[in-house]
Amino acid sequence: MTQLKLSGAAMVVQALNDLGVKHVFGYPGGSVLDIYDALFQQSEVQHVLVRHEQAATHMADAYSRSTDQIGVVLVTSGPGATNCITGIATAYMDSIPMVILSGQVATHLIGDDAFQETDMLGCSRPIVKHSYSCRAAEEIPTIIAKAFHLAKSGRPGPVVVDLPKDNLNPNATFDYFMPSEIKLRSYNPTIKGHPKQIKKAATALMAAKRPVIYAGGGVISANACDLLVAFAEKLNAPVTNTLMGLGSIPGTHPQFVGMLGMHGTYEANKSMGNADVIIALGARFDDRVTNNTDKFCTGAEIIHVDIDPSTISKNIRADIPVVGSIDIVLKQLLDFWQQEQLSQDSEANSLWWAQISEWRNRNCLKYDNSTGTIKPQQVIEALYRVTDGQAYITSDVGQHQMFTALYYPFSRPKQWINSGGLGTMGFGLPAAMGVKMAHPESEVVCISGDGSIQMNIQELSTCMQYDLPIKIVLLNNGNLGMVKQWQDMIYDGRHSHSYMQSLPDFVKLVEAYGHVGVNISDPSKLEQELTQAFELKDKLVFINVIVEEHEHVYPMQKRLGAIDDMWLGKGVDQ
Amino acid sequence: MQTILSILLENEPGSLSRIIGLFSQRAFNIESLTVAATEDKSLSRITIATNGDHEKIEQIIKQVNKLVDVLRISELSGKAHIERELMFVKLNAQTSDAREEIVRTTDIFRGQIVDCTNQLYTVQLSGKKEKLNAFIRSVKRQSDIIEIVRSGCVAIARGATALKP
Repeated sequence: MTQLKLSGAAMVVQALNDLGVKHVFGYPGGSVLDIYDALFQQSEVQHVLVRHEQAATHMADAYSRSTDQIGVVLVTSGPGATNCITGIATAYMDSIPMVILSGQVATHLIGDDAFQETDMLGCSRPIVKHSYSCRAAEEIPTIIAKAFHLAKSGRPGPVVVDLPKDNLNPNATFDYFMPSEIKLRSYNPTIKGHPKQIKKAATALMAAKRPVIYAGGGVISANACDLLVAFAEKLNAPVTNTLMGLGSIPGTHPQFVGMLGMHGTYEANKSMGNADVIIALGARFDDRVTNNTDKFCTGAEIIHVDIDPSTISKNIRADIPVVGSIDIVLKQLLDFWQQEQLSQDSEANSLWWAQISEWRNRNCLKYDNSTGTIKPQQVIEALYRVTDGQAYITSDVGQHQMFTALYYPFSRPKQWINSGGLGTMGFGLPAAMGVKMAHPESEVVCISGDGSIQMNIQELSTCMQYDLPIKIVLLNNGNLGMVKQWQDMIYDGRHSHSYMQSLPDFVKLVEAYGHVGVNISDPSKLEQELTQAFELKDKLVFINVIVEEHEHVYPMQKRLGAIDDMWLGKGVDQ
Repeated sequence: MQTILSILLENEPGSLSRIIGLFSQRAFNIESLTVAATEDKSLSRITIATNGDHEKIEQIIKQVNKLVDVLRISELSGKAHIERELMFVKLNAQTSDAREEIVRTTDIFRGQIVDCTNQLYTVQLSGKKEKLNAFIRSVKRQSDIIEIVRSGCVAIARGATALKP
């Protein structure tokens, strides 16, 4: 066999191909033209040309979120690279695997403030899992393979690979070598839970009278959702999800009590606040969950399972820390119960469920839909019916995101794609595009607001180029709804810069991009018109729904209170 | 309370900036930091003096350990260990009395005079932070301090314990 000799630029493309990459999201520019030329000369790796690099990162990110693949971004140096920063931070905060290939000026120019030079490794350092600079063309395949390995293993995250232009020179070829296995002496995540900790956790859970399972995005990234359901059913405990964990247990499962936290359900937050044992699985006790940490679940013993030891006891002290991958640890716990024949206090368990059902009966998600205007909650409920609850749903950030999380019960993991940790407005549309690239046969819906949608609306052009018939449902209230809600509740209704003057005519706008636009404003026709829009299978349809302007998201935790101190409506104390 | 951390990491471009960046990003303190390549040139060793309560130190150790370049981290201050800091002090010694006083004090602290001119003495001193501080307090009384440079602390565990890849 003859040794394959390739240029640095060709090695980039060959390495991606060898790693099974089908799609790369990017934008060309001076320092990566050699890579683009190499892309042009092959057909295995498809490049998707975005209109702004930030959108490329969100597309790649959502591609990762909705599959087991790793989304790849290719951008040029300088502004191309810095435009990726928001998208990299978004992926980092939600522990999403992604590889960003950024061009760089030639090695001899680095540090000279050359044209389109930016210290990308420096800029991205706080928001990446790791980063590499390729100092020689021969290193490129190995470095890209390492980047893929790091992005996906352990606690996943984005990895940047910086590629100085001189190492991509198409006229200099080198031996191509792709390692079959990656080993890093300094990186070896703990996968299996320590047997002593497993024993402690399993025993505490079986002895619990009021256990709660608090499951986050880590369950989904570990592909441990079936195990979560088996585990929950064995323990017969209520399961609550973080915003990132939604879909890890079906939203219609009888043991599911809904999302917890700032806009969590009454029953979820009440269960947490009254639990005697809480097991956190791949969740991180975010401030949007805990509310005031001093008052957080004071009566509960906390078991915290996570693959990242630094997450454990960071915000809330864990009584029983377990470091390991969620799938392995859940198996270990189930095995331990089986072997030790542990049983639980069934009387306490029925009392616990009786209490939970009382909380459920408060029906905290009910809302008044008799006002003659369309309520945002109503739109999500109608959408759920129109899509049979099966569509991939992406969202932007704000009230519409919370309404979706609360009113669309997700049936499977990776179905719900949103920016939880960073809260990036402008995420939803490119995310829907990334999902559609990965699942061309599936229904993909972006739920957005009139603020968020305008932050990456230029991507409607990309949708036309690549024929991406996604559906965009805009909850248009003419305001930055979540900002306004806070101003109503905390700033005596002083609406400082929270309303959107001069909104475009969205229907005309999407028509200009070659798509279909629909306005919906009559509550009595909502479901029928939504159904009609979804019947246009091969078109991108932008559905502009005029919704009630003054609606707030409830439940909502009271500021500085305990996890279960909540408002259930405007001025409605629990 | 001061905590001394010893870190073994890949000697790669940017690996030091990842450590320093992590400390500022997560609002951890650095009292001092020293770094140099080890016998094995592919590895660097860092000694960081920091402070914080037990929870804070635990979090610092976990966060540092999470960096892909880091092979090992050990908290030395909780164990039997030896720590030293090197200091140079440049002193103004214009009168013979002052010069004699400096020689005497340097002698008491087991330091050395490593450079002198007609009017200046430069003293080299090593030891724990407290000893170096005490020396400064003593010489301040007799002469003007022109300049001080301190290395920050380096430390090693006593006995067989070693930080190895």
